[in-house]
Amino acid sequence: MSTYADISRNGLWKQNPAVAQILGMCPVLAISTSAVNGISLGLATALVMALSNMCSAMLRNFIPYEIRIPVFILIIAALVTAVDLAMNAYLHSLYLVLGIFIPLIVTNCIVLARIEAFAAKNETAPATFDGWMMGIGLTAVLGILGGIREFLGTGQLLSGIEMVIPGTHALQILPQDYPGFLVAILPPGAFITLGFLVAAKNWLDARAAKAAAASPLAVHA
Amino acid sequence: MSRATALSMSLRNALMMVLFTLAFTGLMASVYQATKVPIAASAREEKLKLIGEVLPKGDYDNDLLKDSVDIGLPPELDLREAGHAYRARKQGQPVAILLEALAHDGYAGDIGLILAIRQDGRVIAVRTTEQKETPGLGDYIDIHKDKKKDSPWITQFNELGFNQVAQAQWKVKKDGGRFAYHTGATISARAVTNATRRAVQFVEANKDKLFATPTGGKL
Repeated sequence: MSTYADISRNGLWKQNPAVAQILGMCPVLAISTSAVNGISLGLATALVMALSNMCSAMLRNFIPYEIRIPVFILIIAALVTAVDLAMNAYLHSLYLVLGIFIPLIVTNCIVLARIEAFAAKNETAPATFDGWMMGIGLTAVLGILGGIREFLGTGQLLSGIEMVIPGTHALQILPQDYPGFLVAILPPGAFITLGFLVAAKNWLDARAAKAAAASPLAVHA
Repeated sequence: MSRATALSMSLRNALMMVLFTLAFTGLMASVYQATKVPIAASAREEKLKLIGEVLPKGDYDNDLLKDSVDIGLPPELDLREAGHAYRARKQGQPVAILLEALAHDGYAGDIGLILAIRQDGRVIAVRTTEQKETPGLGDYIDIHKDKKKDSPWITQFNELGFNQVAQAQWKVKKDGGRFAYHTGATISARAVTNATRRAVQFVEANKDKLFATPTGGKL
């Protein structure tokens, strides 16, 4: 039985969807051209993951094992459609930014993976929390990845923020005449930057493991 | 497993699948019904806001969205589906034609444009309605993404027609024309410039008919 602390640790770090499970690469690579895009889509994904985990956990005793995958897909597709329509109706300015990416959440296999791995076997409350924390872990990586690519590519940070919060504007970090670094913005930049992020996570984990092994006080981590 | 239990299990699963499908289709249908009115309202709102960017509200006094002509699929505008041109009038006098155009030759997908063009063929303003050009590089064609806030790139077409800039000159400087572009991101600027030229060409060729055709009529 996982505790809420374990669920958070798994979602944010140990089993982070983007840098540990390497799942759901389509949106991670396509949308992370700027921090605002990445975080916005990440939050929409987190919402869908929390809802779909909740629904699947609630219905888990009624779903026959043999047809669970099509039923899960049905649940995800219905919830994504509902979120898409609701955002179009009530959060229209944000929808204009994210509109084309919302339907893509259906294709993000991390959503299905968490239902299958967690929600199908757990109570509703921890399952909902798991979906949300996995989504937040994904959002954090999308935000960092987007921020790095945007900074290297254009010298700015948070461009597009005015579409989410009117009246604010992007931060110009490098001088205005920075020529830009095109590779960072194009798809190869996403692969390369993600590679560095995965490496950084593994390096930190390895260092922590080494420190734990060297310390006589730490019986086990 | 005997044949009878295999059959009953299949039947049970099929029945469950149908039940789940009905339940979740019902959920989608009810959300669709509940959001239909606000979505239509925001679409209309957005259209008017977009028109407001190329033509100030005070410049016309008719109900623009209702004063339209069916322009079909003119080759100059490269539309995906049959389009409409809207006529802006003030006290019955023609002010401008509003139309949409599409450029297929952007860097990443189609670039959608909305243009307000005077009856004499001069552009009042052009704006992008959709574009997926490279963020921070080619997306300066979108006035909201352009870093030069005092004289955005797309405003250089304002008040120009073929009398001011000859049709053959209506290109980016790299192609021997007279419109500026950003180094390293010519493709986006070229696509918008050429699409704008074609739209002006269309209005030049049809300017009398565009205003004279009765509302709702075909060009």
